[in-house]
Amino acid sequence: VIERNVDEKFFEELEEALITADINIDTIKRLLTPLRIRVSQGELLKTSEFKEALKAEMLKILSLEPPAFPPEARPAAIFVVGVNGVGKTTSIAKLGYRLKKSGFSVLFIAADTFRAAAIEQLENWGKRMEIPVIKQKLGADPASVVFEGLKAATSRQIDVALIDTAGRLHTKYNLMEELKKMARVAGKAVEGAPHQNILVIDATTGQNAVSQVKWFKEALPIHTLIVTKMDGTAKGGIVLTLTHLFKIPISFIGLGEKLEDLEPFDPKAFVEAIIP
Amino acid sequence: MFENLSDRLESTFKKLRGRGKLTPSDVEKGLREVRLALLEADVNFRVVKDFINRVKERALGAEVLESLTPAQQLIKIVHEELIHTLGETAVPLNLSGPKPIPILLVGLQGSGKTTTAAKLARFLKKKNLKPFLVPADVYRPAAIDQLKTLARQVGVACFDTQPDQKPVDIVKHAMAEAKAKGYDVVIIDTAGRLHIDEEMMNEVEEIKKAVEPRDVLLVADAMTGQDAVNIAKSFHEKVGLTGVVLTKVEGDARGGAALSIRAVTGCPIKFLGVGEKLDALEVFHPDRMASRILGM
Ligand SMILES: Nc1nc2c(ncn2[C@@H]2O[C@H](COP(=O)(O)OP(=O)(O)OP(=O)(O)O)[C@@H](O)[C@H]2O)c(=O)[nH]1
Ligand SMILES: Nc1nc2c(ncn2[C@@H]2O[C@H](COP(=O)(O)OP(=O)(O)OP(=O)(O)O)[C@@H](O)[C@H]2O)c(=O)[nH]1
Ligand SMILES: [K+]
Ligand SMILES: [Mg+2]
Ligand SMILES: [Mg+2]
Repeated sequence: VIERNVDEKFFEELEEALITADINIDTIKRLLTPLRIRVSQGELLKTSEFKEALKAEMLKILSLEPPAFPPEARPAAIFVVGVNGVGKTTSIAKLGYRLKKSGFSVLFIAADTFRAAAIEQLENWGKRMEIPVIKQKLGADPASVVFEGLKAATSRQIDVALIDTAGRLHTKYNLMEELKKMARVAGKAVEGAPHQNILVIDATTGQNAVSQVKWFKEALPIHTLIVTKMDGTAKGGIVLTLTHLFKIPISFIGLGEKLEDLEPFDPKAFVEAIIP
Repeated sequence: MFENLSDRLESTFKKLRGRGKLTPSDVEKGLREVRLALLEADVNFRVVKDFINRVKERALGAEVLESLTPAQQLIKIVHEELIHTLGETAVPLNLSGPKPIPILLVGLQGSGKTTTAAKLARFLKKKNLKPFLVPADVYRPAAIDQLKTLARQVGVACFDTQPDQKPVDIVKHAMAEAKAKGYDVVIIDTAGRLHIDEEMMNEVEEIKKAVEPRDVLLVADAMTGQDAVNIAKSFHEKVGLTGVVLTKVEGDARGGAALSIRAVTGCPIKFLGVGEKLDALEVFHPDRMASRILGM
């Protein structure tokens, strides 16, 4: 087989692959420019060499170490936040499943008191795994549910409390203030809480994910990301831009709707899916 | 990132202007900025390519080359062509013909189908029609509960779906009940599904055959990225969409998916979801969407 040399057609195809994976144009430029300079200096002339060099650059960006899961504190209080419908509640169920399998005791806190049947959804998952759910009524103050939930976690000597929050657009001031209040109240119930805040990003999301991280980060420190719906055809490339811009690691990816469909993030596989 | 297109074009042309009259190659540079703006708005790569090729001819005409305000002229052309592509006017629901009229909602997981079903019921109730909500999602935990709760909030009837029923049977029974009880419109909420999930796509095709909906609406998230074309194409091929509802539009997503979906399916965007509350449903306005995509 004769190996192909890099040419304009190759760069065009590469650009299309990167753009259609939802990586931001600026990130793409930053990745490609230094590599193209090397080409002009007579390096990376084979397409395979160029691709490997590009993948190495992408892996550098993605190589942030995710925080320990679960965090060490007992009870460890974990907030799961994000915009509407990304997969927060399902991810909590999956995390609960994973924790239980590793021998931790888990409690769910149903702090989405807004969406119709959000509490029932979490209870339903809880029942399947015999994980207790602390809840109040639809419309209750979510901060009060968090407080009650963390107090219960302490008195029952639970290892990890996973807090399900309502979906909210990052542009809604009041809802973001509500989130801040929930985090403050958590700290009053348990020393140092919340111990980990997870932002859930839907892999189907385009450039708006940048704005999501920016504004959620304003409300509370985001320690790590979960990227859901990676079982579809969207490559989730925007998270490369997210880790590049915000230096937030990715812990897990969601690969379906079942409890087992959660895996630790594998940067290599992620990059290979974008550049075969 | 995300600089305003208008500013970018002004500065591009100002630099070039310094050298006298604009040339066609200057305009090409301007079009490159337009391309970037569309990509940043999440319009699909291929859709952008076709779109730019289409506006090129007009952009290279005297309108821009000889204008004292070439940036504004170019934006005007792009804006007009965007509106043209998005569909000039709002297209209403297809409510003609014998009742009950079935409407089927389909889409990816979490896009907003269940919420939109309830919003549409409220919208139709305001028009003095009698809607009937049908939960046909037996998979997602508490999905039936969710729609039943929303139906109560809107004050409309809801089919009493049992979780052990098959979706195809649910919709057949629901249609029969709607006919017997004199409901005007039957709004069917289906489970979220991936466009590449063959089994689930077959299921929705079966549902469609069973009820022959007058409208099949794809409910799509305004924050969707490049994949919108694949999603829309697959659903369209499988169930023949008649329209689109774009949700979560009240945020700051530029909503380029609207253009992508319209371009690959030819289906009109009928409604916008602009909030979680049940009155947060708007009729689609192409001009506003065009401005938004351009970041104006
Ligand atoms: N295919 C796929 N679907 C997923 C995944 N994670 C979640 N979902 C589905 O996405 C939909 C929304 O999930 P939820 O967990 O309810 O999302 P949420 O963020 O809690 O939603 P809100 O609370 O309404 O904001 C459901 O249909 C889930 O089954 C995933 O990794 N892959
Ligand atoms: N901000 C905002 N949220 C919306 C809008 N439409 C729906 N949502 C929210 O998006 C989330 C998902 O909505 P659902 O109606 O449950 O979505 P779905 O498509 O039925 O989800 P699945 O059945 O799991 O596939 C919920 O939190 C809704 O409140 C909208 O226009 N704006
Ligand atoms: K995917
Ligand atoms: Mg939820
Ligand atoms: Mg639903």
